[in-house]
Amino acid sequence: MVGKKALTFQELLFTLQRFWAEHGCVLQQPYDLEVGAGTMSPDTFLRVLGPKPISIAYAQPSRRPADGRYGENPNRLFRHTQLQVILKPPPERVQELYLESLVAIGIDLRQHDIKFEEDNWEWPVGGAWGVGWQVMLDGQEITQFTYFQQCGGMDLDPISGEITYGLERIAQFLQDLDSIYDIVWSRDPVTGKELTYGDVRLHEEQQFSAYSFDYADVDKLWQHLNLYEAECLGLLEQGREVMDPNPDTSGPPDRQKIERFPTMGAYELALKCSHAFNLLDARGAISVTERVGVMARIRTLIVGVAKLFAQQEQLKAGGV
Amino acid sequence: MIPGAEAELLRRTVAMLERARLVPKGIAPLDPSGFAKSYSTPRRLAVWVKDVLDKQATLTEEVTGPAVKIAFKEGVPTPAAEAFARKNGVPVSELKRIETPKGEYLSATVVQKGRTAAEVIAAEMPKELAAIYWAKNMYWRAGKPERFVRPVLWMACLLGDAVVPVEFAGKTAARATYGHRVLAGGAAIEIEAPGSYGTQLAQAFVCVDVEVRRQRIRKALDHVTRKVAGARWREDEALVDGVTHLTEWPSVLLGNFEAAYLELPEEVLVTVMRDHQKYFAVEDAAGKLAPHFLAVLNIETNAVNEPIIRQGNERVLRARFNDARFFWEFDQRIPLRERAKLLENVTFQKDLGSYAEKTERVLKLVKQFTWMPWFTEQVKEGELGEAVLLSKADLTTELVKEFTELQGVVGGLYARAQGLPAVVADAIYDQYKPASGDDDVPRSVTGALLGVADRADTIAGMFGLGFEPTGSKDPFALRRAANGIVKILAEKDLPLSLHWIIEKSTENQDVAAKMRDFFRERVVFYLREVRGIPYDVVDAVGVELRPSQSNNDILFVLVRAEAIMAVRGRKEFQAIVSSFKRMKNILEQAKFPLDDRNIDLRYYKGRTDAEAVFALKAFELSREVEQLYYRNELLEALEKMSTLQPEIDVFFESVMVMDPDPEVRHRRLQLLAFVLFRFSQIADFSKLVIAG
Repeated sequence: MVGKKALTFQELLFTLQRFWAEHGCVLQQPYDLEVGAGTMSPDTFLRVLGPKPISIAYAQPSRRPADGRYGENPNRLFRHTQLQVILKPPPERVQELYLESLVAIGIDLRQHDIKFEEDNWEWPVGGAWGVGWQVMLDGQEITQFTYFQQCGGMDLDPISGEITYGLERIAQFLQDLDSIYDIVWSRDPVTGKELTYGDVRLHEEQQFSAYSFDYADVDKLWQHLNLYEAECLGLLEQGREVMDPNPDTSGPPDRQKIERFPTMGAYELALKCSHAFNLLDARGAISVTERVGVMARIRTLIVGVAKLFAQQEQLKAGGV
Repeated sequence: MIPGAEAELLRRTVAMLERARLVPKGIAPLDPSGFAKSYSTPRRLAVWVKDVLDKQATLTEEVTGPAVKIAFKEGVPTPAAEAFARKNGVPVSELKRIETPKGEYLSATVVQKGRTAAEVIAAEMPKELAAIYWAKNMYWRAGKPERFVRPVLWMACLLGDAVVPVEFAGKTAARATYGHRVLAGGAAIEIEAPGSYGTQLAQAFVCVDVEVRRQRIRKALDHVTRKVAGARWREDEALVDGVTHLTEWPSVLLGNFEAAYLELPEEVLVTVMRDHQKYFAVEDAAGKLAPHFLAVLNIETNAVNEPIIRQGNERVLRARFNDARFFWEFDQRIPLRERAKLLENVTFQKDLGSYAEKTERVLKLVKQFTWMPWFTEQVKEGELGEAVLLSKADLTTELVKEFTELQGVVGGLYARAQGLPAVVADAIYDQYKPASGDDDVPRSVTGALLGVADRADTIAGMFGLGFEPTGSKDPFALRRAANGIVKILAEKDLPLSLHWIIEKSTENQDVAAKMRDFFRERVVFYLREVRGIPYDVVDAVGVELRPSQSNNDILFVLVRAEAIMAVRGRKEFQAIVSSFKRMKNILEQAKFPLDDRNIDLRYYKGRTDAEAVFALKAFELSREVEQLYYRNELLEALEKMSTLQPEIDVFFESVMVMDPDPEVRHRRLQLLAFVLFRFSQIADFSKLVIAG
């Protein structure tokens, strides 16, 4: 980093995306619903199911209402950005490949301390878990590295490798800053004028922290949650009938109906529930007792979607 | 997981070679006579066994086959003979005949040609690798042919200087290994021979021997700390172990933080450093935390990278400390007394209610202890009550949500900061102590009572729901909780019985009975594992929970066990124990009821034969021993007991217990039963194992 200017936030994103595109990844756009992590985007959660290989990368803004700090804490955000890479199946030298990506963003590996610390990832609500490492760079966790084993309670075949970069932390590291809000987001190539992370995002942090903690209407949030849940359950019910028709009351399986069945729509409804839950949680509206129950409800939706999706893919591949 | 797997690989490899007769006779590779060694780093496991034979010895074996009369009919071999010959790879003409008690049988000399070590290793090693236990493993290949901790990337296997192509996880072992990921680059290293493995890897920046790496880290910690005058790094064996298994080529870096953070409680700072950053804390000559930390790196440092890495680590720690400071200040806005009310909304367990309800139950329970006079002197009821009611209030703090390992400690710190009495603050602070058999017990009696009652309530509640531990399953750590109670009762010298604690913590008699069994096991565990008292002594004194309020069952066992420990090496004590054993044997062989033990003193009075002398002396002594026992002078009691030996010896030399006259025999057996009973208050001495 000596002598040369560190990458801006947007250059960091370009560089990592180009790196992974050059290594065969499809670049997808961020998912346009509220998610708590890149893993929850269907490009990870649903694509890791079934036999179809895929390499895909995308940036994913991730909302965690309870982590909001009104923009006052230099290291915590309501919404941070993950760069998510899914390699299905993972190449054997995936760790080396990951280290090359660090070199690509200007990290001289010999000038830093990099450790792969054992860290196994688990998302009980999604019936998903894997084993892997958290990658520590000079004491900072910058990446979560996971070999996905199960999703929706189902063993994966093939497994996927998941690399989740914490972009703010890496940018902060590259630019040697104590506050996320000081990260240089962009630099005008003509004037050299710099915009910081704070210039671009501070107002969002302030307003969404206030919304999550102070304004969100608890009763309405419960209603949202119940409505989304009811619709999701209804779709799951219909989906099961489409994938596995009762021979006595329905005709034979219908290929077009199977292909067009909106399992992904059901998934979006489940994600909406999950976000409503997170907001209620941030609002302090969920007691510890209720918490377990609501999480079980959302788990029913998400695992139900995963099972239905896997079945749908199988039927499509089998050529009904 | 790595250390366990390394040890298992060593054990399995050696056992496999021994089973395969590939270890020379008289050599046990795992003993000092042999040489077997294992290595590991975060990305490799290795084992080196010297003294491996090139080839198995040929094994000659006589195998018995069918009876001759079945195998041959009129001199012609039947299918039975042919099948036997074929099975053992011998022509029928070479089958022999042997005489057995059951008649004449066929036999064959089977020569099992020894396989080469390379063949055996190639065939057996994959099974051993596949069998290694991992607490959490993974699959990565289609069809899940194997599970391992992470994908296997390469294997090397050498027998002498030749490669053994062991196949596992889709890999075939070769000669190549790889060095440090960054410092050595990706080039393969061709291992010349097993003996050069360590040195070749050292050239590639991998210190493959765990103990060498551990010592290197310790030395580097010492060395780097010397840069700060008078400073010491805080010993932390678990952390040293952790970083040893996290690095291949360790070095140590000294970092600093702003002294202003030292205003935060030391416990919080150390937890952040140790648990979240794996840093060692540094203290000054007076033992106070100094504004420095030590990070163990997996790279060599130099003048260029050292400042970069240091600044990076310092920035991370600063952010962590800022967070902690934010929580520390934020939490103080709501004092503990108000937080205690919030506990109504925090579930302890769904069928056992909230933490508010739990603390109410604990409060009731401690009151069952403290009305006894000894406690009224030691404990102020108001303080104990306050400590109980505030004990779980810290569960609502942000600091505990962030650093769960600090529960209790944080409550204690806030209590002190909020001006509560020191006794209350310390009791809250100490409530989860002891965390293990080596940990200290709470400092005050107030803290001890809180710790005992809180755990007793948890155990009683969980047992009531049927969640008692079974086998290796103990999801609520109830064994640890019970161990804590036992240790506190024993080491705080509390006049409180386990029996009473159990009675008062549940109304359900079935639950109480189960708890008594459970606690009896925990007391035995404490005596054996924490106090190091041998099994036979524990067995002899017997662990019983006695229905009394204030008699500390554990101390009752402990003092007797310790008295026996003090004398068990003495000749005269061993002699008397042997005599008691002999008496018990005689009674058992005679199938004599042990409770038939009334002796007729009038009969013995005035007589001078050996039996009478023995009987009178035993009677006399037993009264004196009993006196000493009730005065708690156990050593003296045991010594006194030993003085019966001369009379016992004379008795056994000159008197036949099993006299032909049934009346005499009965009288003498009664006498033995009497003696055994009268001297068994301290222990059932016949259960002691006496050397020689």
